[in-house]
Amino acid sequence: MRIKVTALGLAGALALAACGSSAEPQDGPVSLRMTIWTGNEAHLKLFDDIAAEYNKTHPKVSVKYDTLPVETYTTTLTTQIAGGNAPDLAWIFENAAPDFVSSGALAPLGNLVKPEEFVPSTTKLWQKDGTLYAYPFSTSPFGVFVNTDLLKKAGQSVPAKGWTWEEAVKIASAVQQKTGKAGLVVRDFDYKGWDNLASVWGGWGAEAWSEDGRTCGFDKPEMIEAMGFLHKAIFTDKAMPAPGTTADFFAGEAAMTITQISRASLLKDGAFAWDLVTLPTGPKGAYSVIGQAGVGVLKKSRNAQAAADFLAFFTNPANSAKLAQYFPPPRQPLLTADSLARSNPLLKPDQLQDVVVDGIAAGRVKPSHAGQAEIGQAVRAELDKLWQPDADVATVMKGVCAAIQPMLAP
Amino acid sequence: MALSVARRARTVSRAGWWTGRRRDHLLGYLFVAPQLAGSLLFVFLPLALVLTYSLNEWNVLADTFSFVGADNYRRLLSDPNVPSVLMATGLFSAGLVVLNLSLALLLAVLLNQRLRGTTVFRTLFFSPVVVSLVAWTIVWGFLLQDNGGVNAILRIAGVEGPNWLRTGSWATLSVIVVQVFKNVGLNMVLFLAALQGVPKELFEAARLDGASAWTRFRRITLPMISPTVLLTSIITVAGSLQVFAQIAVLTQGGPGTSTTVLVYYLYQQAFQFHHFGYGATLSVLLFVIVLALTLLQWRMRRRWVFHEA
Repeated sequence: MRIKVTALGLAGALALAACGSSAEPQDGPVSLRMTIWTGNEAHLKLFDDIAAEYNKTHPKVSVKYDTLPVETYTTTLTTQIAGGNAPDLAWIFENAAPDFVSSGALAPLGNLVKPEEFVPSTTKLWQKDGTLYAYPFSTSPFGVFVNTDLLKKAGQSVPAKGWTWEEAVKIASAVQQKTGKAGLVVRDFDYKGWDNLASVWGGWGAEAWSEDGRTCGFDKPEMIEAMGFLHKAIFTDKAMPAPGTTADFFAGEAAMTITQISRASLLKDGAFAWDLVTLPTGPKGAYSVIGQAGVGVLKKSRNAQAAADFLAFFTNPANSAKLAQYFPPPRQPLLTADSLARSNPLLKPDQLQDVVVDGIAAGRVKPSHAGQAEIGQAVRAELDKLWQPDADVATVMKGVCAAIQPMLAP
Repeated sequence: MALSVARRARTVSRAGWWTGRRRDHLLGYLFVAPQLAGSLLFVFLPLALVLTYSLNEWNVLADTFSFVGADNYRRLLSDPNVPSVLMATGLFSAGLVVLNLSLALLLAVLLNQRLRGTTVFRTLFFSPVVVSLVAWTIVWGFLLQDNGGVNAILRIAGVEGPNWLRTGSWATLSVIVVQVFKNVGLNMVLFLAALQGVPKELFEAARLDGASAWTRFRRITLPMISPTVLLTSIITVAGSLQVFAQIAVLTQGGPGTSTTVLVYYLYQQAFQFHHFGYGATLSVLLFVIVLALTLLQWRMRRRWVFHEA
């Protein structure tokens, strides 16, 4: 019944949209809606300030930011589009980028200010045939936040750049044993969001699929080795919380967490002493992984032109510098430890240099693929077999590839 | 009588077409109009739309909508996931219906005694029905974690509980139990009402004849409340096939695909994988299954429902 009601909602919305979109000259006031996934007050205030400034020169244009729940963000956005209630501008996760960019849902962005400043590695995911369809406003490398209070309590020394995965597991498991708190948490993984594990298997040189996206990488030896290491860390060393157990680093419940540096804002209250270090090195040496978020204009928007104009303002060098305090920008001149330090009072210059500047320059973007939702679901279902104490890693990984290879190269 | 006939005759002669009969009909239609409009708008129109969608491929992002005929239905037949989804759905529904109905009946019988405090217990068992479904499910999600409340209690009793939501068969059972606890109160109240409608004389007579408690229950209570059993089983079977929020919150269809029931699968296909046409096809399948099961129960009522005999 619920589904039927939803379907009707869609139908009704479609009908309304059909009535509404017939004809209208764009002379009256324009209200733009941007869907976002942050509800952070500081973020929202900054966005509102930018919109207010824009409103001074464009009095007819107002901008509303619409926060959607992060867990179901893409689903909700797609449903709004299906229901004829598409926003004018939308944030897009990197794992949905191929679908949004290739489908033609977004309008090309030809009017951005100083596009020559964009670091090429940051825009790759967001363009098709050389045209940019979304601005990667956040290019956020993964790093390791460390609760130094907990480490001291467990008699462990605080790690530094160049530390290894072996050391990470040793520290994590010592903290777990001595304090009862969780060791190392891969944030947002929770045995479902497996793409966050790219921050682990990168150290083994493993990847979910090949560069061209057509060959499954889960059954490759380096991936099996990496996942075997992870399995042992979870079930034997107890260095990571087991499935079905949650621990929030930012609430002081874990010694270390791997997450994007944009989460540093969660540490503002300062309930404990902390540090930020680069990802541990694996058998293949140092590596870095970045998560991205883009913002684009929906082609379906009735105010697409006004939306594109606002986006150009929202992302111009001056505003990018403001946004940089929360979201590492793709603009080369802003990506120096000095300029980032000005807007990131929480992080020290060497942390910014090691994790952010170097991370973005060398980082691989988290796995993304057209039809990622379906592929991701299949991977999750197969990987569930791995999260058992007695799992046979190689067999499970072969199963993952058997499930997704037909989707990668149909 | 004579008067009304006379008036009717007068009306006819005066208006011709506008007879009292027509007026009554119009009134009748006016009375059912709101309900009819609601049904048309909220039931039949969506049904027709879903049928239409199922014959099309609708790519939301690319904004294309193209007729593909029976392609989605062919895909349904060859989809390797469908058998396991149907299996999970069957297992889930069977478990839920059996557990819900038997527990509801048991509670109703127990609470139908004239004892002090039964009102308190009735309220207690009914209260989850009015709790928000998602809030209820989220709290249970915490309780069922590996280091959650349920296992903590078991540990006090010296039992090492399983990782409820992470182990295949336990996950299905957990979702069933969470759902049963949520809704058992409603069926319990329906059964209670029915039990109180059973004439006391029948029990007295049976007791005089020396019938045991079980025989009295089996031969008097069950037949007398059988119309309610039919009602509750139809509602519960149909409801069990539509359980969605619990699965979305607790397991997201996992571990593996063990709790991916039909409703959740069609949600995934339509809203997560953007296959709206195929999602609509799956909901047609769900509709057919619910319809068939309801008809089956309706047909079988003559066999076992007392008033239908």
